[in-house]
Amino acid sequence: MSRDTVQLEILRYDPEKDSEPYFSTYEVPFNDDWVVLDAINYVKENLDRTLTYRWSCHMAVCGSCGMVINGEPVLSCHTFMRDYGDKIRIEPLQNFPVERDLVVVIDDFVEKLGSVKPYIVPKVEKTVDEGEYIQSPAQLAVFKQYTACINCLLCYSACPQVGLNPGFVGPAALALAHRYNLDSRDVGRAAREDVVASNPGIWECSFVGACSEVCPKSVDPAAAIQQTKIASTVDYFTDFLTPWRKQ
Amino acid sequence: MARSNKPIVWGLFAAGGTLSAFIFPAVVFVIGFGVTLGFYSPDVFSYERMQALAANPLGKLCLFAPTFLIIWHAAHRLRITAHDFGIRADGLVAALCYGSAAVGTVAMIYALFIA
Ligand code: SF4
Repeated sequence: MSRDTVQLEILRYDPEKDSEPYFSTYEVPFNDDWVVLDAINYVKENLDRTLTYRWSCHMAVCGSCGMVINGEPVLSCHTFMRDYGDKIRIEPLQNFPVERDLVVVIDDFVEKLGSVKPYIVPKVEKTVDEGEYIQSPAQLAVFKQYTACINCLLCYSACPQVGLNPGFVGPAALALAHRYNLDSRDVGRAAREDVVASNPGIWECSFVGACSEVCPKSVDPAAAIQQTKIASTVDYFTDFLTPWRKQ
Repeated sequence: MARSNKPIVWGLFAAGGTLSAFIFPAVVFVIGFGVTLGFYSPDVFSYERMQALAANPLGKLCLFAPTFLIIWHAAHRLRITAHDFGIRADGLVAALCYGSAAVGTVAMIYALFIA
């Protein structure tokens, strides 16, 4: 099959000027080796300099080029043009306000991420001179998968609960909380539970699993959340049955 | 933020879900296909035998425990499904779902352990 050109239908929106979003259609050359981001870059360089979008690494590492392409949240650098038909519809990530065109406002996510303390809370602080916190390969294997998150937010776009409840802490932040909870060098779990085990935390999740399906780094945030639910349920009943142990 | 009380219903939900995933296929096979396929005679499910099962203390427990968990699983699942469909009256839905499960539980306790 040989195709000469492909039409990109790209959502445009400047909240300061436009009363509502609209689509602009651009005709770009078809190239078997192009990812969709290449086609968008072609538009920016040759057809319309006002088109606004985020990207950086072009290799599925930086997490900034997430978009909804033909209805699915994907990294546009990780999705080949050849896998689509003659028309490709490109929209910003869902469940976030649009800043401009394909750029969304992620302040709310950044705040949620900070709220779960996504860093190691050590038992005793060590200075650099005192050396590193030792960890065995087996201890690393327990949480390694959850370290792969690149904060691309495809999971927030795919999650129906994020759409229904804007307060929901959401898949990536909860998966990252789980990552630190599982880390042998960390003792911050109890402090994280205040957010993680609250109603807007893990309990807002109804295990639809869309987050894990769209995740480009196979983080499987849905699994992280279900494992956290089990751990928090055990906590809950342990606290209930042994109230004298509560801190 | 206050920790949620959801572990109570979620604990039952998770236990019931695991049980229904593992046990129900076997139950469906035993009840639905075993006799039809001729693995054992229909007498296995005769009234007398079922009555004897339900009269035995261990039998009572085997009937009660999985059914209890699975009813609560269903209640929580329906509540969440209603929420997924955008029904915002969560308090009412929760009362209806858990209320039905509670009625079922009481009915079972009555039938198995009291009547
Ligand atoms: S969990 Fe996966 S989909 Fe979600 S932000 Fe991280 S890498 Fe992206």
